[in-house]
Amino acid sequence: MLKQHLPILLVIVPLITAPLIVLLRRPLLSWMAAMLASVVTLIIAIPLLQQAVDQGVISYAIGTWPAPLGIEYRVDAANAFVALIVALMAVFVMPYCRTGIAAEVRSEEHYLFYAMMMLCLAGLLGILLTGDAFNLFVFLEISSLATYVLIAMGRDRRALVASYQYLLMGTIGATLYVIGIGLLYLQTGTLNLADLAQRLPVMGDVRATLAALAFITVGISLKIALFPLHLWLPNAYAYSPSAVSAFLAATATKVSIYVLMRYFFTIFGETVVFDARYTGTLLLALSLAAMFIPAVVAIFQKDVKRLLAYSSVSQIGYITLGISLSSVGGLTAAVAHLFNHALTKGGMFLILGGVVLRYGGASLERMAGLGRTMPIAAFAFVLGGLSLIGIPGTAGFISKWYLVTAAMEEGQWWLAGAVMLSSLLAVIYVWRFVEVAYFREPPEGSPSRGEAPLSMLLPGLAMIAACLWFGLDATWSGSMARAAAEALAGAWK
Amino acid sequence: MNLASHYTYFVTILLLMVGLFIVIARSNLIKKLVGLGLFQTAVYLLYIAPGKLIGGVAPIIGEGFDVYSNPLPHVLILTAIVVGVATLALGLALVVRIKEAYGSIEEEEILERDAADELNATDRA
Amino acid sequence: MSGSMALAGILATPLVGLILVSLSGRSPNLREGVTLTTALVLFAQVLALYGDVAAGARPELLLLPMLPEVSLQLTAEPLGMLFGLIASGLWIISSIYSIGYMRGNKEGNQTRFFVCFAGAIFAAQGIAFAGNMLTLFLFYEAMTLITYPLVTHHGTDHAKKSARIYLGVLMGTSIVFLLTGMLATWVLAGTLDFRQGGILAGQVGATGTAVLMALYMFGIGKAALMPFHRWLPAAMVAPTPVSALLHAVAVVKAGVFSIVKVIVYVFGAENLMNLGSADWVPLIAGYTIVAASIVALRADNLKRRLAYSTVSQLSYVTLAATLLAPISIIGAAMHIAAHAVGKITLFFAAGSIYTAAHKTEVSQLDGIGRKMPWTMVAFAIGALSMIGLPPAAGFISKWYILSAAMSTEHWIAVGVLVASTLLNAGYFLPIVWRAFFREPAPEAHHDDGHGGHGHDDHHGDHGEAPWPMVLAQTVTASLTVLLFIYHEPVLRLARAVAGGE
Repeated sequence: MLKQHLPILLVIVPLITAPLIVLLRRPLLSWMAAMLASVVTLIIAIPLLQQAVDQGVISYAIGTWPAPLGIEYRVDAANAFVALIVALMAVFVMPYCRTGIAAEVRSEEHYLFYAMMMLCLAGLLGILLTGDAFNLFVFLEISSLATYVLIAMGRDRRALVASYQYLLMGTIGATLYVIGIGLLYLQTGTLNLADLAQRLPVMGDVRATLAALAFITVGISLKIALFPLHLWLPNAYAYSPSAVSAFLAATATKVSIYVLMRYFFTIFGETVVFDARYTGTLLLALSLAAMFIPAVVAIFQKDVKRLLAYSSVSQIGYITLGISLSSVGGLTAAVAHLFNHALTKGGMFLILGGVVLRYGGASLERMAGLGRTMPIAAFAFVLGGLSLIGIPGTAGFISKWYLVTAAMEEGQWWLAGAVMLSSLLAVIYVWRFVEVAYFREPPEGSPSRGEAPLSMLLPGLAMIAACLWFGLDATWSGSMARAAAEALAGAWK
Repeated sequence: MNLASHYTYFVTILLLMVGLFIVIARSNLIKKLVGLGLFQTAVYLLYIAPGKLIGGVAPIIGEGFDVYSNPLPHVLILTAIVVGVATLALGLALVVRIKEAYGSIEEEEILERDAADELNATDRA
Repeated sequence: MSGSMALAGILATPLVGLILVSLSGRSPNLREGVTLTTALVLFAQVLALYGDVAAGARPELLLLPMLPEVSLQLTAEPLGMLFGLIASGLWIISSIYSIGYMRGNKEGNQTRFFVCFAGAIFAAQGIAFAGNMLTLFLFYEAMTLITYPLVTHHGTDHAKKSARIYLGVLMGTSIVFLLTGMLATWVLAGTLDFRQGGILAGQVGATGTAVLMALYMFGIGKAALMPFHRWLPAAMVAPTPVSALLHAVAVVKAGVFSIVKVIVYVFGAENLMNLGSADWVPLIAGYTIVAASIVALRADNLKRRLAYSTVSQLSYVTLAATLLAPISIIGAAMHIAAHAVGKITLFFAAGSIYTAAHKTEVSQLDGIGRKMPWTMVAFAIGALSMIGLPPAAGFISKWYILSAAMSTEHWIAVGVLVASTLLNAGYFLPIVWRAFFREPAPEAHHDDGHGGHGHDDHHGDHGEAPWPMVLAQTVTASLTVLLFIYHEPVLRLARAVAGGE
């Protein structure tokens, strides 16, 4: 009975919790509510994924209004898997917030913080599950508005500016997306994604379809922070509270990538997007630029949070590279990296948050001697860094394996070299941290600071541990990525 | 297929461009939001105009009502307006906070102050 | 079943040792006790496996299902057995030596040192018994990372810079070339298992094979084929036991071992012979041998000279392996063992000289053989092995390599071998000669005197190094001689490697 309502429950639970938290107001209570909601979301997401893998597509009619008229939720292996990632990240980040946020946000604003986290979570899950193009826009804005607020809660006043800039860019992106689906609606008379997927191929190669494709691609790419539309991202990640950086880095861009994949492969179809046009080449070129230019920029960052942010832009390039190959192998690589990078980057931001709490800032200078003052955090951070590089035994290696083999199978041998060279850049920026943390003396007069509180350290360590585990045993994540890729390419039948 | 029958599209595109230009070219944070609002409003037009049929009415099943305008775009745009208002409100709230923190709402001045901060920070270090 | 249990034990032992060592950091005696016990237990386990493997058994162990397509697994085969024996056996001796060295020089961070040492041996065993290329690559990278703290042991700017070269070259080559090569192999052959006769045989044309060959040969940076040899002299900044570990036991051996393994089990020697795709490798290897020897000839710093000697000796193995005759494969396997015991002796001696006399340059060594006879005799034996003269193990392996070069009529290789023998003699024999037949130069003595009177006395009267060090180098020197007289066990394994061809 309950089982068939899982898709909607996944979105409703955090959505209801948000106003509930506003009513509760007390910091501890609101934290408990948010924590509970996140755990429940995860508990829902797991059987939902199982169901989606077993049954194929699950269609859920909201309010029992049937599909073309009512809003439909459509779940398959692809979005259920990404939803699981999002829910998992929420569960990792929430315990961390209890102490992490206390240091960064005024206590009378705590309940607002948790309410926004819940709205953001609900929005992200909504984007994933919905089968309606306009509903997707609404959830996109719910999550984005919540995100702007969360970023603005950062301690530094630059957080406000970062949030404002993201608001401009994000709104432009979302509006471009609305224009795109508006054009599709004018042509086909439907906003249901599955209907669109059926009707668009019949329309053939119409200019309006192409215009819609262009608008949607650019709009979503803004949210993805695909190079060169990434300018909002470094500041947003750098100045927001650590828990927010971790959550956003692990989820927000990933969800947008899912949307892009869904539109490219399920709705427009490979023929329209890739075969007759240069979309693939263009995306490939941008991905390559993303893999190299932001990685070089990351090398020169003085602030570790910004360094990670630029590294994220660079890692997104790997994912879009997988998409640009337009093969099941490439999609598998993209989805696998979505998962692996979420674990890695989320874990690194959480660990870094603990360091920021103790050191009062994230500038590389302050991290001198970190290997001695906070040995566990420093070591875990380095392990995360190894995963960014793609050392075997870490999750990052699995992504690289899929990505490079997919490129080779497509006959793009030279891409292998490009991927490898860009991971060398990752070696450099990770090693900048290593040398500062391990070979510099802690600055004089600094008392021995010790590790961050357990509630902050453990979630980060758990994520890094997961990142190692899924590097050594990727049978589950690998087969899930494969199932997701097949679902994406399978046109939602 | 002539220009006159598509004039709503041209108006839409014009408004879009004007809005985007303001967002990019103005340094004042409030003016940028105005441009953003214009940019969003233009999209409303894109949706609603084609939904309207000349002589069409609201879809009421009954005698005398034969030609209907499409109600769905209106519903969609109502939602979009809500979203737009929320965005604008949040944007303005941010501008207020920025004004409190920086004492200015001119983007260039704010960036200058940040740069000065950074310089001080490196001097101290 | 018992074989796979043994493999699990071999991999687990250094790991357990590593944990115990890090926990017992407070009490150095306990810590060293743990190190030695672990080393002995490990060696016993590897030795216990020898009988089965030499008899033809190939025990396997599934470690982890890493990917849906390929898993991490261990397989014991003769070549791996050989490397496993060398690494675990010499770990015992270098542990003894390290204890003397670290205490004698009052080095800091000793616990970290022993932890990383155990970690490196763990990685070495993983490489030795890797059942497929993926497993080998995993442990290969693990070894690079775990030896990084060893190279930077002193934490000085110089150490940091050298470690950058170390890491940059090893990591860079392995990611850019080796990983690409491995993934290409996977895509082309559909498997990464090590198979007698090679998995690429019949799958790829001559040009493709040549490209893959280049990816592997340069990708295995630990084999120090020029121009990717710079990390080896750079790593000389580390304490001497580390150099011994890097240059004799674990790192470089892992490199040449991987090269032989790849040639035999991934490409297949016969396949390469037919395609002719590896013909260029002996030329590069030959160049490396001669060029490195010439650099060594001009180096005054003892450790630097030894480092370049290593670069040159490693290319012997690469050269031998790429001559592709069964007898040359035997030579390559033999040379891995022979060079291991010989070079570790040389490094031990260099470390003893540094510990007892604080001398690092060849020109300071006049007459030192009278004060440190044990050390210099061990050094002389090691040097003979490097040159390839009896009664040292190097003679045997060089004999095999030379006869392989003759029988394949590879005259360039023959020329290289002859030239390098002369060069080796040219840079090792003067050291021995200086040590025993030259009077200690009063000048050098005077120079030392600048350090202050206390030091002066110490240097003037120095005798042998601490006994654990002397013991260790005596054992390895004896092994070098023993391997010359009785090399049947090694030869048996080496034959089994080449046998399937």
